[in-house]
Amino acid sequence: MSFESVIGLEVHVQLKTSSKIFSGSSIAFGAEPNTQANAVDIALPGVLPVMNREAVTMAVRFGLAVNGLINQRSIFARKNYFYPDLPKGYQISQYEIPVVGPGYLDIEVEGKSKRIGITRAHLEEDAGKSLHEDFHGMTGIDLNRAGTPLLEVVSDPDMRTATEAVVYLRKLHTLVRYLGICDGNMQEGSFRCDANISVRRRGEDKLGTRAEIKNINSFRFVDKAIQFEIARQIEIIEDGGTVVQETRLYDPTKDETRSMRSKEEAHDYRYFPDPDLPPLVITESFIEDVRRTLPELAHAKRERFIREYSLNSSDAEALVGDLDIANYFEAIMQSTAATAKAAANWITGDISARINREGINFENIPVTPLAVGQLLDRIQDGTISGKIAKDVFQAMWDSGDTADNIIDARGLRQISDSGALEEMVDEVLSNSAAQVQQYREGETKVIGYLVGQIMKLSQGKANPRQVNEILKRKLDD
Amino acid sequence: MPHNHTLLELSKKLRSRDISALELCTHFLDRIEGDTKLNAFITSDTERALQQARVADDALNSGSASPLTGLPIAHKDIFCTKGLKTSCGSRMLDNFISPYDATVVERLAKEGVITLGKTNMDEFAMGSSNETSWYGPVANPWDTSRVAGGSSGGSAAAVAARLVPAATGTDTGGSIRQPAALCGLTGLKPSYGRVSRYGIVAFASSLDQAGPIAQTAADAALLFDAMAGFDPRDSTSLDKKFEAASSSLEKPLKGLKIGLPNEFFDSGVDSDVGAAVQAAVARLCELGASAVNIALPNSAAAIPCYYVIAPAEASSNLARFDGVRYGYRTNDPVDLTDLYERSRAEGFGAEVKRRIMIGTYALSSGYYDAYYLKAQKIRRLIATDFDRAFAQCDVIAGPTTPTTAFKIGEKMDNPVSMYLNDIFTSSVNLAGLPALSIPVGFSGSGLPIGMQLIGPYLDEAKLLNVGHCYQQTTDWHRHVPGEFA
Repeated sequence: MSFESVIGLEVHVQLKTSSKIFSGSSIAFGAEPNTQANAVDIALPGVLPVMNREAVTMAVRFGLAVNGLINQRSIFARKNYFYPDLPKGYQISQYEIPVVGPGYLDIEVEGKSKRIGITRAHLEEDAGKSLHEDFHGMTGIDLNRAGTPLLEVVSDPDMRTATEAVVYLRKLHTLVRYLGICDGNMQEGSFRCDANISVRRRGEDKLGTRAEIKNINSFRFVDKAIQFEIARQIEIIEDGGTVVQETRLYDPTKDETRSMRSKEEAHDYRYFPDPDLPPLVITESFIEDVRRTLPELAHAKRERFIREYSLNSSDAEALVGDLDIANYFEAIMQSTAATAKAAANWITGDISARINREGINFENIPVTPLAVGQLLDRIQDGTISGKIAKDVFQAMWDSGDTADNIIDARGLRQISDSGALEEMVDEVLSNSAAQVQQYREGETKVIGYLVGQIMKLSQGKANPRQVNEILKRKLDD
Repeated sequence: MPHNHTLLELSKKLRSRDISALELCTHFLDRIEGDTKLNAFITSDTERALQQARVADDALNSGSASPLTGLPIAHKDIFCTKGLKTSCGSRMLDNFISPYDATVVERLAKEGVITLGKTNMDEFAMGSSNETSWYGPVANPWDTSRVAGGSSGGSAAAVAARLVPAATGTDTGGSIRQPAALCGLTGLKPSYGRVSRYGIVAFASSLDQAGPIAQTAADAALLFDAMAGFDPRDSTSLDKKFEAASSSLEKPLKGLKIGLPNEFFDSGVDSDVGAAVQAAVARLCELGASAVNIALPNSAAAIPCYYVIAPAEASSNLARFDGVRYGYRTNDPVDLTDLYERSRAEGFGAEVKRRIMIGTYALSSGYYDAYYLKAQKIRRLIATDFDRAFAQCDVIAGPTTPTTAFKIGEKMDNPVSMYLNDIFTSSVNLAGLPALSIPVGFSGSGLPIGMQLIGPYLDEAKLLNVGHCYQQTTDWHRHVPGEFA
């Protein structure tokens, strides 16, 4: 029996505003506990929320970027529940009328385009944090995060595989970073994902009972959690059981999901419109002002890279996925005579490899695009070979020095003096009678071996193009 | 004696330096200290009041004083006052020292007004008799076996007994007007949005408004003009400029149309009360006004509607009192649920718990439409009634309360009969309108009677103008309970 899975994602996008959504406190990550919590954030008696205009602007930016409906009148509601890190005893969110209505994102999976509907995106405040360690059986409360602005992006249940879900999530991640509304840092919780998953027998119209997996904090875990959950649900059904509606947690160390609370244990949140906040009214002219400031988005940038730099589509795609990478690429192109293809290969190759090994982002790369540009120029003008350049790049990273200085200090300049090269070729030929014989009998492939021997003799510094020329001339004589 | 003067009279004496702010302050502090019968105050603040009085005298001497400089008042204990206990009449906040000032407190202090202390009130402003206070009931200075009204009972009793010349209050369903009426005072509930709610412990956010309780309409206008105005910290406060209400007090009443709602003069009203209000209307007519009968057909729905919306909002507003960050916390909780349950069970009184339960129920899934949503629709109908009425008249007049002050303990076992005390006042909050209660006489047993004047949205100035003109030709507002004269 074949099954189909149905997946919808709810993503909490932490907005990069300069202050909290309803108070003037900072939202910077990592401050000492409770140093970024003012009277409003700790919910003293008598305090009132005031809407942060910047958060509204960011929500509208997002709405426009997903071709979403911007509701010109949206309502803030209170979601009531008791928890120690929820100071007011309710969370201010949007319920019946969100700021962004239906929109969509187009994703590409296995070369095919698919449209994923976005049901809604609404503004809300984050809660604080409960700290269970270091308090000897008690719980510490840190309210620094309380009131941090979030945009919750809810997708339609349009995804059918874990891969589609991850591609959608990556696309959303790229988008919010392009829009400059979120730093996208998943470890710090700036971009968090809940997945709603159900399965049904293929051909059935009715949706199966879903489980919601909360707070998955990496793309890899989203992939694994969904796969696990799909398999779990199929197994239940195949064994004649029924899936129960519940909230589950993904445990990355065991690679499994487990039950957190059932539908019966779900809270009655007693939503009602927050009487402290008038309806959020967004005018047509405000929307137009935001529209005018929208940046070039990934799709448009990809098209431009293909057009402007003559890159092929897959290279362009690889560069635009992360705005920092795209910007890095363009900065290199400003400073080098090398081809875009060469720059792209370096970025996706050696540079990305080192970045991954160091576990950092392109944002924090110690080698400037200008320095990489110079390195590429040295390959282009024949000063060093591509192979030597790899070593030079690692040295640039480690020492912070320029390519030219490293090449000079280590004597890595390519040997292009034909006299010196002729001598080396002669030496190798005289020691390789057998191979010369093979070549002359028509086994021309053996030339590769001979080139290799010459490069070895030159410690990699011989100009490979010239070596080939000299070698061919001598062998064909 | 200075305590028999209005704010405006005292302001003149301060300005002419007949009396110093320090003398005035000391005089009233002594009266507060000396009172043993009313229980009007929860906190008095001698040290700081005297300090503020010295600063006021400096300003008065140097000529940099405002008309309010040096005038002593009291704040209802619902207003957050920096460095001072702000209990809201509850055990829950008995240990709460506010680290900040409410906007109203800040604005008045900026004008040089001196805070003598914080007045008693129904717990979290939930009550009409000041009997739900953790600090005990407040007695009515006109008959100390009777209630002063509520929830701003402490403020009203303090002004009626001339322990302070005026005080602030808040009004969610009648909490300024009803105690003002029962104590023979002038109390103004401003239009929703005119006075910042920042720093006022929230009861029902869509209904709460702060206003003055004073001896006269002119004094009320003086305080109102200083209290009101846009506050960027309150998103529901109105960003709009207004003429000072004090500047139009003397406007002649000629041509004024007074609407008399049939529903406010029915058999539920004490005959003494009805007669005094009719006589007051007649007096206004002698001053050039005319009366027309109007209808407010949805009035009867006001109390049930109010007792869904106000508790619903309150159930959410009071969730922050959980024993976690400040306020009352139970002893030795065994776990989180125990901490919540016992802190709230022990920290809140019976009426507060009743309303939290009513409100929680009204917002619950499955009941929301039938209660909360339905109440919101009725609220709109009530507001529409008033809109229609104001097409026919300039102000609406009627009794503030159906009866005069009742006995302490009389209604505590019957919450509905207690709620019905707000039958004429709560519809005004639901519609967001301004209303003024002024004293218009006494019952056969010598208890004060109040008349409520309701105005169109944002027309506080009209109400104060009518109240002032009435008080120019009557002296009900000058009566002081013998014991406190």
